[in-house]
Amino acid sequence: MRPLPELTPENTAFWTGGAEGRLMIAFCDDCARAIHPPQLVCPECWSEKVESRAVPGTGTVYTYTVNHQPWAPGMAVPFALAVVDLDGAPGARVTAEVVNADPESIAIGQKMKVGFLNIDDVWFPQWEPAQ
Amino acid sequence: MTLNAAITGVGMSDIGRKTGRPAMIHLAEAARRALECAGLTKNDIDGISTYPGKADNSPGMSPLGTGEVRNALGLKTRWHSAVPDGPSQMAPIQVAAMAVATGQARHVLCFRALTESSSQTASQRASIPGAGRARLGGWYSYLVPANAMSASNWAGWMAQRYFHEFGMTREHLGLVATGQRAFAQANPAAVMRTPLTMEDYLGARMISSPLGLFDCDVPIDGACVVIVSAADAAKDCAKAPLTIEAMGAALGSQETWDQRADLTTMGAHDSAADMWARTDLKPADVDVLGLYDGFSIFVPYWLEAMGFCGHGEAKDFIAEGHIGPGGRFPVNTGGGQLSGGRLHGFGLLHEVCTQLWGQAGGRQVDGASVGACGMGGGFIAGSMLIRRA
Ligand SMILES: [Zn+2]
Repeated sequence: MRPLPELTPENTAFWTGGAEGRLMIAFCDDCARAIHPPQLVCPECWSEKVESRAVPGTGTVYTYTVNHQPWAPGMAVPFALAVVDLDGAPGARVTAEVVNADPESIAIGQKMKVGFLNIDDVWFPQWEPAQ
Repeated sequence: MTLNAAITGVGMSDIGRKTGRPAMIHLAEAARRALECAGLTKNDIDGISTYPGKADNSPGMSPLGTGEVRNALGLKTRWHSAVPDGPSQMAPIQVAAMAVATGQARHVLCFRALTESSSQTASQRASIPGAGRARLGGWYSYLVPANAMSASNWAGWMAQRYFHEFGMTREHLGLVATGQRAFAQANPAAVMRTPLTMEDYLGARMISSPLGLFDCDVPIDGACVVIVSAADAAKDCAKAPLTIEAMGAALGSQETWDQRADLTTMGAHDSAADMWARTDLKPADVDVLGLYDGFSIFVPYWLEAMGFCGHGEAKDFIAEGHIGPGGRFPVNTGGGQLSGGRLHGFGLLHEVCTQLWGQAGGRQVDGASVGACGMGGGFIAGSMLIRRA
């Protein structure tokens, strides 16, 4: 049973944007900084003008791991987890499972694109190779 | 530049896997041994400090809080603290040092008790944050629901990036694991004492690449107590006080395991720099090291963070034999958590103190008088230098 995140004012856009196929990232309107995980106040300039915007949903693998251990009952292994530097959101990364690819084929520097897994009211980002 | 605080006694319970012994029994045993080490009685203890406090949401990870320990051991405390958020598993020691230095207490019983081994079943793992909760909040809500559930995943992706940038291989981490096992073989209290060869290491199952079974520390049941005393009160104790030279607690990045700009560094780097800025001692002055090894990869990170070698140089430093038995900078001489068992850093400090008191038996580092300890991995970190008075 996959645990779900609680939805809050700052993170709801991130966790539900997938309903429309959009990867939503919080940005400061005053200093343009990307803020992830999302927050209500910009940590750079303390502006409260933080809005979530769709980013292209592509990025580059900064690092990854292939998990072989079933940490919870029913967890199918192995699978890859990719930590991806986001296009259009400098300094922000999204970590998610890799789907539609051999876990052992993932490499640092690889281009990825996002997809979503819907459970209840949450749309989890997932990564797959971009080409 | 010694602080007005010292370590005067340490004690560890008999630790083991699936002991079935309640946490309080382990804790009482560790406390009895620590008091005996210090030459104190329970009536001398006027402070109590722990990390992270009672944590019911993570089975066996922290089964005891300050209140029940005060009650069970009949302590009359003037000061107490439980720190879930601070400079790592070292937080209760650092906080206690500040308490005695400011006169809030004279002798503080700092403890860590765990029943992770007994609490681990097919359906529940002690080390999964937020286990059993309906909905997750906080930094791990961005990782755990993505099936990045375990610290071995988080450490795994750090290691993968480090391997990529600096050409480290599994053989280098194998030297950490087998070296600490060799130390453990000389430590009767260690949990894993059978010989471990590089072949065994490389042949073990993968957990989260590039980390395999022997890159991960061993969940155990047990407890450890460290007594932190005011410098003037320490003079009355049984042993030469181990004075605290400097502490480091800085964290210069976000509290998450994936957003630090350079994941070939970690909170250790901030914390260790903070520590060295508060002392005239240098890495070359250190005789014995206790470096957090929740995963083997943290050892090279800590070596670099503390300046024992340069960034990216740890693999060569390790291959040259500096940290194993007979090395110039022996690390985790009791076997560490990889072979000694996971006491969340307290066991590493216990071992450094034992070395500085010259009581490490067959694994004793000759003439050890200055010790360095670094606890934590990822964004959590606390650093400390101690020296025999
Ligand atoms: Zn801003």
